[in-house]
Amino acid sequence: MNLLNLIEDINNADPEFQDRISPRRDAIKNITSFGSKVAIAALPFAFATLFKKAYGATATTDVNSVLNFALTAEYLESSFYNTYTAKSYIPANDAPGLAIIKTDENNHVKFLKSVLGSNAIASPTFDFSGGSGSGNGPFAGVETSYDTFLALAEAFEDTGVRAYKGQATHLMGNATVLTAALNIHSVEARHASHLRRLRQLRGVMVKSWITGVTSGISISAAAAVYAGEDNTTQANVNIASFVSANAATEAFDEPLTKDQVVAILSLFIKS
Amino acid sequence: MKTHTPTNESGLAGVDLSRRSFLRYAGAGAAAVTAVIAIESCKKNHDVKRVDVGSGDVGILNYAYALEQLEAAFYTKVVASPYLGMSSDELSLLTDIRDHEVAHREFFKAALAGNAIKGLTLDFSSINFSDRGSVLAAAKSFEDLGVSAYNGAGAMITTPDYLVLAGKIVSVEARHAALIRDLIQFNTFVDASVVDINNTSTEYSKSPKEVIPIANRYLYPESQISFSSIGAY
Repeated sequence: MNLLNLIEDINNADPEFQDRISPRRDAIKNITSFGSKVAIAALPFAFATLFKKAYGATATTDVNSVLNFALTAEYLESSFYNTYTAKSYIPANDAPGLAIIKTDENNHVKFLKSVLGSNAIASPTFDFSGGSGSGNGPFAGVETSYDTFLALAEAFEDTGVRAYKGQATHLMGNATVLTAALNIHSVEARHASHLRRLRQLRGVMVKSWITGVTSGISISAAAAVYAGEDNTTQANVNIASFVSANAATEAFDEPLTKDQVVAILSLFIKS
Repeated sequence: MKTHTPTNESGLAGVDLSRRSFLRYAGAGAAAVTAVIAIESCKKNHDVKRVDVGSGDVGILNYAYALEQLEAAFYTKVVASPYLGMSSDELSLLTDIRDHEVAHREFFKAALAGNAIKGLTLDFSSINFSDRGSVLAAAKSFEDLGVSAYNGAGAMITTPDYLVLAGKIVSVEARHAALIRDLIQFNTFVDASVVDINNTSTEYSKSPKEVIPIANRYLYPESQISFSSIGAY
């Protein structure tokens, strides 16, 4: 078995092979790590593992479509903060934190666009009233109400957390992209925690973590964002046997499928 | 690497060449690499007997289990002996966090069953539990470390269900981290020490090799962990 020829053959058959086993650094790291433990005699085995990782879980899923899906959510968030953090209703004490979130979301857009290159989709236009373009949806109060702004921000961040979580397995085998997605995912969770804390300090019954399916948002359209968050069983383990049922739901954030997220986002997309 | 002239239309020839040269190097240097590793592992294992987390996905889950043991024990102590001036708001939040960490710990213990490492003995002697600043600084360190550890281990997981579970937990750790940071100083839920705020705004993840030595500072010698299959001690 001549590995060098094999790589070349695969390259000819599959021009994206380089991308699949990217990053080069990780590929090399994997090989060195294997090498140090099982010695170089097992290199064909190490290569086979690398190959499997490259193709295993991503064989049928286009990584670019996952990234464009993430980009859509980031476009929504960045556009939202760019528009509404300029409003006069933002309290001075809260402005610095909201500015951080705005910067982060714009950076996420830039980052995903740079990864996608010419494959990046263009930004949709948005209707933050949640009216799918009517401008008169259930969140229309966001134009004048800081509390509606915060409620919407919380819902967007929690949706983002659930959306990234739901896509993670589609990125298995591409260590760079998966790790980048995880490293965005946790930042969205930090944002969600902060926004929930802002609301809690304003007297809303909400905590930094998600209790059951509650969100402290009375607008019914928000319910889809929290569907399934009341799960208390993880991998057949009953978490409520260790802690209260509320704590059991809070301790684990649940993923959303792409379809569920698209249904939520569609309320806010004009075109 | 950039000095290689691209030789195919994909423009990736430099990448290709570097991998090829590595493979050649790896083959040629096999004996030397093996010898170095043997010396190194001998030296490291000599010092102290570590609790090895195992290899593969079991190793990752035990690694997570060890970190959750640390966090759960910490918050259990924080809630059992509140620092001076702990407000009812803070007590409520820290009690919630304790419960989440206990849930994580017990989950891993149950899921790992016979593969679980032992219960670890914690050394919190560096933390002044009567002092708010000391306790919250430690909490911040643990939560930030936990997030970076889960993020850094994600790509090592081979079973999709385990990756999803790690994802379900890491975002809760990130919620904790943000809240603790806001308690220390409002609006510091994200900052340059944990997130690349001037560029990609992605969190800085850490490999087990980076995390384990930090975690071991809070474990008694015979409870200190290693992930020997990937060379982390």
